[in-house]
Amino acid sequence: MFKNLTIGQHYPVESPVHDLDPRVKIIITLAFLVSLFLIDSFSTYIIVAVFLTAAITISKVPVKFVIKGLRPILMIIIITFVINLLMTPGRIIFQVGFIKVTEEGLKQAGFMAIRLTLLIMGTSLLTLTTSPIILTDGIESLLKPFKRFGLPAHELAMMMTIALRFIPTLMEETEKIMKAQKSRGADFESGNIMSRAKNLVPLLVPLFISAFRRADELAMAMEARCYRGGENRTRMRQLKISKGDYAASFIFIVYFAAVIALKIW
Amino acid sequence: MSIKAENIKYIYSEGTPFMTVALDEINLEIKEGDFLGVIGHTGSGKSTLIQLLNGLEKPSDGKIIVNDIVVGEDKKKLSKIRQTVGLVFQYPEYQLFEETVAKDVAFGPMNLNLSEEETEKRVKEALELVGFNYKSIKDESPFDLSGGQKRRVAIAGVLAMKPDYLILDEPTAGLDPAGRNEIFEQIKKLHKKANVTVVLVSHSMEDIAKLVNRVIVLYKGKIHMQGTPKEIYSQSEELKKIGLGVPQVAEIVNELRKRGFNIRPDILTVEEAKEEILKEVRRNYV
Repeated sequence: MFKNLTIGQHYPVESPVHDLDPRVKIIITLAFLVSLFLIDSFSTYIIVAVFLTAAITISKVPVKFVIKGLRPILMIIIITFVINLLMTPGRIIFQVGFIKVTEEGLKQAGFMAIRLTLLIMGTSLLTLTTSPIILTDGIESLLKPFKRFGLPAHELAMMMTIALRFIPTLMEETEKIMKAQKSRGADFESGNIMSRAKNLVPLLVPLFISAFRRADELAMAMEARCYRGGENRTRMRQLKISKGDYAASFIFIVYFAAVIALKIW
Repeated sequence: MSIKAENIKYIYSEGTPFMTVALDEINLEIKEGDFLGVIGHTGSGKSTLIQLLNGLEKPSDGKIIVNDIVVGEDKKKLSKIRQTVGLVFQYPEYQLFEETVAKDVAFGPMNLNLSEEETEKRVKEALELVGFNYKSIKDESPFDLSGGQKRRVAIAGVLAMKPDYLILDEPTAGLDPAGRNEIFEQIKKLHKKANVTVVLVSHSMEDIAKLVNRVIVLYKGKIHMQGTPKEIYSQSEELKKIGLGVPQVAEIVNELRKRGFNIRPDILTVEEAKEEILKEVRRNYV
């Protein structure tokens, strides 16, 4: 059941994109999203496509993997496309019964579909080229300024790191308990929704118990090593902005300027 | 009636870079009444093998036949197979989930759609088989019990399905010596009194040596040796080569033999060793 599940989708190869500072990558990705929403013509998408293609090529991540990221979101893209196609008023191209497709609808639908596709591809490139741990490091560092307003940046990042760390463990545990209950004749695969939900009890109770036990043990182990939160804690991996980060930022600014220029023009 | 494995192969994550062959060319027959030990290092394929035997996993190649039913051929027969071949996982106490011991043990029989009376009868039997007093334990919460007790409850949960074959994966892992002896005594009794065919999986020779009447040694997914415990343990050099220890007694005997003492090589228990050494001493020095 869980054999094909990958957590975070980090694709570990060495490339200039992988080597970028996570903070730079996060900011670029956010700005990339903003740029997508600024676009109002099909022609500008060409620039986005060129930029994204270049980024993917440099990252050495097989295109197949980037496209795979679209799969879970495919339904949403299709629904958005259909709703836009049918609900936009305008000049009617053809009509079957009460279903009518307008020219504006077609345009709008295509526009949204492309935007969503590029959006997902752009963000999955971030997670494909950055390991979850480094990503949380980056988020922690970016959130630090908000500490002043009471945002517990370090604690949030630590929670994320621990959660990520324990997902595979809990998966394994789930599979083990599932097998054990199956050996006792449990059935997780058939029946209607109600009985299926009920059948999950023998899986969930042991799973929760073991999760709490693990949490307890981990807290103890951390305290035993003097963990007291983020105050004065040094880190093993220091984030540093390097030449590559400047280069990437420069390229991105050029791209962003081009998008804005085309919008105004 | 038996469990037969014919030319089993099992491959993990086939077609990806993480592909590993967990089992290869496994041929095996477990006959009714057997008390079989399976030993092997971590990663030798023990756990995979036993999951194949009750249909939790499907072999990549080869066939497993449980009492004339080919595993996996008919999905409807899977529950029959799982009832016939009871599997007790490592740390089985982590599967407990009900409010009371009796309810938890009843989970298996209920899944078999047995009547209430039959279920209760089986729960009582199973709990008594693992050495509990039914009346005093049945309404306890399983989470209030000690580690060894929890484990016995979990084993009872499998026994309540009345399996013909009982497979136990490292049933004493993590228990203290008292708890270990307790579990082994129960297993021995089960084999003798309830006539259950038992397969005991372990990485520890010492445990298995005294109990089983046949041993299979798995190494890198293949059957490396098989025979009676005495045959296996007399080859201590070979066992050490593949990273398995031999019972200390066997090792001492081996060492003595190397130094020219004329002692039988197939000694498994301290008592046997004592007799043999005394005999040898009397022969030569008295």
